[in-house]
Amino acid sequence: MDATTNCVLPRYRVVRDEAACTGCAQCVRSCANGVHRLRKDSDRIVINSRACVNCQRCVVFCPELALTIQPWPQVGTGSSTWTAEAMADIAKQAQTGGVLLSSMGTPAPYPIYWDHLLLNASQVTNPSIDPLREPMETRVFLGSRPEILKVNERAGQVVEPLPPQLKLDVPIMFSAMSFGSISLNAQKALALAAAELGTFFNVGEGGMHRDLEPFADHAFAQVASGRFGVDAHYLNTAAAIEIKIGQGAKPGIGGHLPGEKINSEVSRTRMIPEGSDAISPAPHHDIYSIEDLRQLIFSIKEATGYRKPVAVKIAAVHNAAAIASGMARTGADIIVVDGFRGGTGAAPKRIRDAVGIPVELALAAIDQRLRDEGIRSTVSLVASGSIRNSADVVRAIALGADACSIGSAALIAMGCHQCRDCSSGRCNWGIATQRAALTERLHPEAAAERVVNLVRAWTAEIQEMMGGMGINAVDSLRGNRLMLRGVGLNEKELDILGVKYAGE
Amino acid sequence: MTDATVTLSAEETAAEAPTPAAEVTLGLAHFKEANEQVRAALARADAVTIREANAQRYLGCALPAGKSLDIFGTPGNDLGCYLDGGRIEVFGNGQDQVGNTMNNGAITIHGRVGDAAGYAMRGGTILVRDDCGWRAGIHMKEYEAKRPAIVIGGDAGAFLGEYMAGGIIVLAGTPGDYLGTGMHGGVIYLRHPLSTDRIMDGLIQEPVGEEDVPTLTALLDAYDEAFAGESPPLGGDLSSWHRLRPASARPYGGLYAH
Amino acid sequence: MTRRNIPREGEVRIPSGCAIAGIMDRSGARHDGGDILRSIALMHDRSNGLGGGFAAYGIYPDYADLYAFHIMYESREARAAAEAYLEHFYLCEKQERIPTEDHPSIKNPPDIWRYFMAPHPMRLAASGLDEAEYTMQHVFHINGKIEGAFVASSGKDMGVFKGVGYPEDIGAFYRIGDYRAWAWTAHGRFPTNTPGWWGGAHPFTLLNWSVVHNGEISSYDANRRYVEQFGYDCELQTDTEVITYLFDLLARRHGLSQQMAAHIMAAPSWREIDAMEPDRAAFETALRTVYASALVNGPFSIIVGSEEGLLALNDRLKLRALMVAEKGPMVYLASEQAAIQVVCPDAENVRSIEGGMPFVVQRDDVAAAKAGEAAENRAVRDWPLEHEVGVLPRKRREV
Repeated sequence: MDATTNCVLPRYRVVRDEAACTGCAQCVRSCANGVHRLRKDSDRIVINSRACVNCQRCVVFCPELALTIQPWPQVGTGSSTWTAEAMADIAKQAQTGGVLLSSMGTPAPYPIYWDHLLLNASQVTNPSIDPLREPMETRVFLGSRPEILKVNERAGQVVEPLPPQLKLDVPIMFSAMSFGSISLNAQKALALAAAELGTFFNVGEGGMHRDLEPFADHAFAQVASGRFGVDAHYLNTAAAIEIKIGQGAKPGIGGHLPGEKINSEVSRTRMIPEGSDAISPAPHHDIYSIEDLRQLIFSIKEATGYRKPVAVKIAAVHNAAAIASGMARTGADIIVVDGFRGGTGAAPKRIRDAVGIPVELALAAIDQRLRDEGIRSTVSLVASGSIRNSADVVRAIALGADACSIGSAALIAMGCHQCRDCSSGRCNWGIATQRAALTERLHPEAAAERVVNLVRAWTAEIQEMMGGMGINAVDSLRGNRLMLRGVGLNEKELDILGVKYAGE
Repeated sequence: MTDATVTLSAEETAAEAPTPAAEVTLGLAHFKEANEQVRAALARADAVTIREANAQRYLGCALPAGKSLDIFGTPGNDLGCYLDGGRIEVFGNGQDQVGNTMNNGAITIHGRVGDAAGYAMRGGTILVRDDCGWRAGIHMKEYEAKRPAIVIGGDAGAFLGEYMAGGIIVLAGTPGDYLGTGMHGGVIYLRHPLSTDRIMDGLIQEPVGEEDVPTLTALLDAYDEAFAGESPPLGGDLSSWHRLRPASARPYGGLYAH
Repeated sequence: MTRRNIPREGEVRIPSGCAIAGIMDRSGARHDGGDILRSIALMHDRSNGLGGGFAAYGIYPDYADLYAFHIMYESREARAAAEAYLEHFYLCEKQERIPTEDHPSIKNPPDIWRYFMAPHPMRLAASGLDEAEYTMQHVFHINGKIEGAFVASSGKDMGVFKGVGYPEDIGAFYRIGDYRAWAWTAHGRFPTNTPGWWGGAHPFTLLNWSVVHNGEISSYDANRRYVEQFGYDCELQTDTEVITYLFDLLARRHGLSQQMAAHIMAAPSWREIDAMEPDRAAFETALRTVYASALVNGPFSIIVGSEEGLLALNDRLKLRALMVAEKGPMVYLASEQAAIQVVCPDAENVRSIEGGMPFVVQRDDVAAAKAGEAAENRAVRDWPLEHEVGVLPRKRREV
């Protein structure tokens, strides 16, 4: 064995049911990782399990259901400390000397507080409402507001106009995913879905491709530390601007899109040379303090004539509540808090798996802090990072969010199977890749339809749950923590979440 | 606040067509009102003179081509942010983040600038007569025909050209530490070459070559023209000039294990 | 099991159903409590004997410019503590035990006192608050911090008479037939459970506000956490309490009309707003956006009393009943029509209060004064503080 010997065992074993396989080679065409190969001298298909990332594309598209992906059947050492994964990580680093790179949200078994929060329903003392037949409002506006509205009651007019607001027909948006980290087709699908649903997608930090400009009324433009693609036109084209301070999956570090993903289209959109690494600094180099955030917020407001709401996104970290309070005071119209289980195209594994806190706790703490300071009603609050289903949305809103953003869930609707190999650029589903042969597998219209279906289904479920609580407007769910009860939580967790225990 | 006043000369107010010049006195006006006044003046005139600038931020924000500002006093941070082809000349010092994310145009500073001048700029030129603070030219980038440039007549603080992904920095004085750290594109021209131990990993320092002469000469000439009579000329003999460039556009290609 | 172990209002949230009624003379003429008593008594089956009460406006004309505090005490110590506290912050013109009459079905009443007071001028000036805010904070202090003392009402020229029992028995206990008021409201409570704490009965009041409410709102915690931002302590955890605070916030502090406050709390649906002409839609959208957390959801019917008159409101899905009728200057409100007809058989214009449509009846002199006021709201915080200086308010010095 020498320094370069690969001691890492395969993670998966791909099994072909030879009796069922007709040799159609659909799997060979499916796999960009080279797991399935036609032997030169015969029509047999051979399998290289080591290359498999478990994206399940071949399984889904095998017309004969002849393929199965199993865990690599190696018995463990019996140690709870030196698990197969722990040892594989060490072996990789011993071999390469590299920082472990990972993708998507952490798979580590941290507590998921959503699953410890149960929802209420009306019985006897007040009625539940049937959303199929009675009005059930899911519309939400995002933006900052005055504490007191100045009106002329006789004229029925507002005396001082409101700051710019975004109208969401559903309290669900799509998280920032840049062109570069995902394909243009994936971005188009989100844009189409956002327009259809009356909500917003977020172009991420990589600029806005010209093909997305027709959907700009439903777009957040992101301004991150690298300022890729940021100019006055970009800022003024979008409906709103989001300053990205941090991302739940990788708080405290910048971004790094490798040069091989910077093809001509990505290059043009990011406004950097083709093939060059796109490096986002860890901090914004004009924000070293809270008052500097105010400077950037207002530089954007000046550049957009105060016509666009400015959101600021932070990763959920230990001091999130105080930070969010400061953000509200800097002039941020929308505070976005992204939990540590949120997804990413690429992040150092140790950062993804060890830095940050769950969004549930951060959200609850932020909402309460803003209320303690009497400023919650003047700013909007969006939660993201591991929203898995409609009940999570309801829980987040009851904890205090105005709306949620979904990233991974929307990608899963498009076909993503959470193999967590985005950083390789070989996404067989055409999502996290820039290879033309792969991106063309994702049809924007079809993918958009699946995303629209998902959000419509969630909305129907949200309406059912709200109706069950006797609530017919999402306004009355927001921050309504009495609609939640905890199970399996300790006193401290209940205290931070601001909920009673089930049975109380 | 109503500290800002706009004055137009008699013939300017009488004219129907866009007038050639207007003047705005800012005094202690808050930036929001100050910028409104400046924009109002720019709507009437292509060239506006700003007097008594006092810390007002964002002056010349996204100023388009064909418009110009002459600024007297001390403007605030983010002067010329998102500058979009306009021309800004400051007769005094600039504060921090001059030309932040500027896209095109020209900023000339008859004095020094603070930290992070030219942050993320992707086009246009910033000429600084004297010194600059830390992290000037940080994350400058270039794209197709757009190639931004910063010329600094004096000394530079540390981290000049950090993360630089494109464009040109010309430094006539002495640099601070960590010059060009993380640089993966563009070029830094130095009148005083670095000792070998001060060259950051992944960077190459070499004497300027024939191919550099037109670019460098043009920038030095621009400096000399802008600051004629104020600062000793930089142009002429290029023999001591060196260039610093990245060895790779992929400085961190080997950092990760998948 | 002793009753003492059952948590009180404030320690736990207790849902209630109810009967409500209101009677008002627009002309400002005063009437005794006989009619309101008969009206609420007719709806006996909507209560379960665990709470009843009345609010009356115009009952203390001799002290009309002083705060009239009705305070219930559970012990001598509580009274001593509360009176020492009040003595520090107020100048008291008169204090007395509220006259009551033993009633066979009224058990264990607290010791109930009333005080006619003016804020201590120097302490008021030092507080940096206006009179109303000053008084509100001291009410919150007594109710939250002095155990065994509860301020049942704290307005001017008004008072609340409430307790544990059927409303008709509570009315007899307090001898409400002896009081004359231009507006009366009444409440018969049907809580799911209660330890029988008198403070938990309704109407709930703050300053001149009194609210009687029927229903259980589903937006409670959203509304509570909204008003708590602005210093309203929701000690009792009741719907009535939070609705009272919403009115105080929107109408008193934000300077909106009571009708607009009610409109915000039962806002038009987005479907209705989308069908409005653009200016009106923009206005309604702004109201719903700024005051999203003031939307009251779930079944409720309320009658709000104040120095202006009465306001009735049903939730926007009309999940509770509330009727109104008129006769001359008289206006009658009740959960059921018969409770109006039993006191005014020839009442006219009998109709129900529509969902989400505030019904406002102002005293004639108030309506006339309002017509001349500016249509733009002015928040309390934007008014200069004008403290009365001296031992008693100016008007009383002139008497």
